[in-house]
Amino acid sequence: MKIAVTVNGKRIEEDVPCDLLLIDFLRTHGCYSVKRGCETSNCGLCTVMMDGIPVLSCSVLTVRADGCTVETLEGLKEEAAQFGAFIADQGAEQCGFCNPGLIMNAIALFREYPDPDEETIREYLAGNLCRCSGYEGQLRGIQAFLQWRRKGDAKHFQDPSQRDDRGHQASHADSLLYQEGRP
Amino acid sequence: MLTIENYVKAGSLEEAYEKNQKKTSRIIGGMLWLKMSRMRVQTAIDLSGLGFDTIEEDDREISMGAMVTLRQLETHAGLLEYTEGSMKESLRHIVGVQFRNLATLGGSIFGRFGFSDVLTEFLALGAEVELYKAGRITLEEFSKMPVDRDILVGVILPKKIEKSAYLSLRNTSTDFPVLTCGVSMLSDGMIQASIGARPGRAVVVKDKEGILKDGITESRAKAFGEYVSGEIVTGSNMRAGAEYRKHLAEVLTRRCILKIGGGQE
Repeated sequence: MKIAVTVNGKRIEEDVPCDLLLIDFLRTHGCYSVKRGCETSNCGLCTVMMDGIPVLSCSVLTVRADGCTVETLEGLKEEAAQFGAFIADQGAEQCGFCNPGLIMNAIALFREYPDPDEETIREYLAGNLCRCSGYEGQLRGIQAFLQWRRKGDAKHFQDPSQRDDRGHQASHADSLLYQEGRP
Repeated sequence: MLTIENYVKAGSLEEAYEKNQKKTSRIIGGMLWLKMSRMRVQTAIDLSGLGFDTIEEDDREISMGAMVTLRQLETHAGLLEYTEGSMKESLRHIVGVQFRNLATLGGSIFGRFGFSDVLTEFLALGAEVELYKAGRITLEEFSKMPVDRDILVGVILPKKIEKSAYLSLRNTSTDFPVLTCGVSMLSDGMIQASIGARPGRAVVVKDKEGILKDGITESRAKAFGEYVSGEIVTGSNMRAGAEYRKHLAEVLTRRCILKIGGGQE
């Protein structure tokens, strides 16, 4: 079936099989941050934004994305760069496999609830499983990010070069993205 | 692995109904459960273009289209207020936000799954369903019917509930529930409980013996819990034994009753 979908700002028109899952479509188009984890729609590793809403790409038919805008971690580099380093600073990730899904859903959380409390954070991210940690490091990282954001001026978010108080962020997050971008 | 030969985005209910009469066809909701199967689907029928993804509210009822997602239900202000938070409580433990952004009300209700928090909550709230051919019937009746090839168009909540509460128990967060319990007080004072994940389909137990007719107290809540537990059939599976589920039904019902009575355990 012929579809047209915009992936990270790039319009793709393609003839796809009816049962092709969105995760497989995205990976064939170079979005290697989107990973297959549990195969039971439980782990959140394959999270992408579809028309701005976080969904499990392992459970969406590609044909259902026809006409939609899909964003993966590769397309949200700026937002990921702002946040990812705070997770790393807490040593929250061990193997790092769950990280792309966690960052995607955390971005969705920050968009929906700009200043979430602990209960909201825990509840929103409950669908992102990490087999290494007890989620405490991730929680600390999120809270540290939110605190930094509360203190910071809005301009810090518009212009990455202004993030002088945490100058190492961009480079660290870039390397993080690089690692996760590997197939 | 699920295989799908053809995908049709239905242009009308009649088209969807006609295509769905073949045994090899399937209406697809959120597709989360279907995707787990090894089924070979000849024609997957998508209702997402028919506008069944809205929640409408007036003085008499709240109507929800079959393609409304669980997340929409969870975050809807009208439902939050009408159910006093029980709707949100019934949904927020289901996997994660990304899952609930996909799972649909129609898929959850039509499947009449034993493990369903959604079925339990809507039964407790006295919901009705709108079927394309069979029309409007109570969810309680629908829940006992065998699965057929009609199409679930929407779910309606007649505004006849004064109070409601919901509790479930899971062995671990985001897992299937071990037992689910919804309780509501109708406008006429009748109290009903719905118990799901028995592990069979949720069933409704009404206070026919008038245990709570003179008001909710701790001892009457306990007695009603025991009554509900005695009325339901439970079974064993990998999550819990039948006897444990009986005990849970009693405890969760009592807690829900105390909650709608304004007390805390």
